[in-house]
Amino acid sequence: MTDAPLLEVRQLVKEFHVRTGLLGGTAGVIRAVDGVSFTIRRGETLGLVGESGCGKTTTGRCILQLERPTSGAILFEGQDLTALDETALRAFRRRIQVIFQDPYSSLNPRMTVGQILAEPLAVHGIVPDRHARAARVQDLLRHVGLLPQHAHRYPHQLSGGQRQRVGIARALAMEPALIICDEPVSALDVSIQAQIINLLEDLQAEFGLTYLFIAHDLSVVRHISDRVAVMYLGRIVELADRKSLYDEPLHPYTRALLSAVPIPDPELEASRERTVLRGEVPSPLHPPSGCVFHPRCPVAVARCRDEVPELREIKPGHWAACSLA
Amino acid sequence: MGSLLEVRSLVTQFVTRGGVVRAVDDVSWDVAECETVALVGESGCGKSVSALSIMRLVAGPAGRIVGGEILFKGRDLLGLSEEEMRHVRGREIAMIFQEPMTSLNPVLSIGRQLTEGLETHLGMGRAPARRRAVELLALVGIPDPERRLAQYPHQFSGGMRQRMMIAMALACDPALILADEPTTALDVTIQAQILELMKDLSRRLGAAMLIITHNLGVVARYADRVNVMYAGKIVERGTAREIYATPRHPYTLGLLRSVPRLDEPERARLAPIDGQPPDLTRLPPGCAFAPRCAFRVERCAAEVPPLVPVAGDGHVSACWEAARLAGVAGR
Repeated sequence: MTDAPLLEVRQLVKEFHVRTGLLGGTAGVIRAVDGVSFTIRRGETLGLVGESGCGKTTTGRCILQLERPTSGAILFEGQDLTALDETALRAFRRRIQVIFQDPYSSLNPRMTVGQILAEPLAVHGIVPDRHARAARVQDLLRHVGLLPQHAHRYPHQLSGGQRQRVGIARALAMEPALIICDEPVSALDVSIQAQIINLLEDLQAEFGLTYLFIAHDLSVVRHISDRVAVMYLGRIVELADRKSLYDEPLHPYTRALLSAVPIPDPELEASRERTVLRGEVPSPLHPPSGCVFHPRCPVAVARCRDEVPELREIKPGHWAACSLA
Repeated sequence: MGSLLEVRSLVTQFVTRGGVVRAVDDVSWDVAECETVALVGESGCGKSVSALSIMRLVAGPAGRIVGGEILFKGRDLLGLSEEEMRHVRGREIAMIFQEPMTSLNPVLSIGRQLTEGLETHLGMGRAPARRRAVELLALVGIPDPERRLAQYPHQFSGGMRQRMMIAMALACDPALILADEPTTALDVTIQAQILELMKDLSRRLGAAMLIITHNLGVVARYADRVNVMYAGKIVERGTAREIYATPRHPYTLGLLRSVPRLDEPERARLAPIDGQPPDLTRLPPGCAFAPRCAFRVERCAAEVPPLVPVAGDGHVSACWEAARLAGVAGR
């Protein structure tokens, strides 16, 4: 492990232009990601949590270069991906893979599992020989806990958990350094979620993988992450190692999120205090002034309406964007 | 408190190309007045079909209720005519669905969708129905209700739509509300708002509630009693406290142990349930959970275990080896 991070995201901004109004007259700008910076070290898992529309998926898509950022830099192994053209990017695309939430819509229904896994090996020239490729497919299936005969099945013949295993095998086929896991277990049944999480952890240990784990489930993120970033309306509001973030959250939004998660224990729930946030996430078309969280914040004061709080290092390694922290 | 709803030996089947799916397979349970009961299980366990069966909304011709009784206030809903059933739906038993956008009519205003039920079921005139609609929106915490009445579902956020669904469900003051994954499509902070609202309203208005969910946390906080379903059958039932503290079915235990919890020390590894949920067209002859069960013995593959008492307080379990789980804690 070296000191240089595998990935460094600097001041990432992604804007989308939208048309509003009945006839699509007025154009507006949504800043889905608004100045996000973080690093991921080799072999580490960074959790990225937040509610729908907070920009966590867009951040992942920018890293994958599926979206071209409006501004900012994405340094992968020291190289700024935003400065590369398509040809130069191709070499990097292999090294950064993705696992999607819904394995069903991300697997070609007309291809067998074997074909799905063999195709990228051929296209990228990873395993040019056909027989060697078949052997490699078997190898991949075994690594993700599937049986050799699964190679002949179609995605619809598999259960949700098995399909997600295929999605993971496809990502592994490229021998990546970084895998963006975008809600990889949220579409799965509870009893299957734990299987997939254990598998991701095993593969990380075996292949030295680095994960960006995007999810809304705070319990799952706590389990799998080394460090965690919390996003709200396009910004990171808190970033810390797992233990500090969950034991001593500094941002009022993080605290509210944690208190909103019900715990499967009736006796504990009966005595637990919870902060129920007022209102809803504002439209990113018209974000609030000052701190974007102030209209819902239980502890907001007058200056929160005007001042945009910077992400500050409050304690070593524990960052929060709150004037009161 | 007597039983408001009593489901007896309900069997609901679907005919598919792969064979007959016994989605609900000889299931009995009940809800007392003002009580909140949960039906917990994973996809395909039959929990949603149970609710649809009560409303008699199982989609034919593939789906059919083949046996059993659904006694609501002592009357068997399965014996009612379609006309009589229409008076029960919305008026006496209301339903809240998971995805409010697909259950609201996109081309009718919010106001119209609320007043329709009031006019049909309660025979209210236009003006009183409108006044009641404003009250209902205010009750579920929608700000500026007068103006909101003229809007359409697409102008509401996900959380607002679910509030609207709750307002519709409460409109005719039903005795029972069936809530099918009412907060699954919502964000955590909105989920907390909606659940608190439902709990508060059902208590204040004295309605009983059936919550259908896969989320064990939601159940722990909101249910008085819990039914755990697996492969079309109830495998365990008890008070929420009993089920969580001393589960007596290996599936319940497995579910509780497989989820990471915010309040526990960090674990090196999660303990998943092995294998996959069964194919309902090809259920094994014995206990449907046996192939995935860590407690299975020879008998489990041959004989279906009946639901029998394992402790006081109505705690029942369908497991031949339930006694072996007696000393095992839920976490």
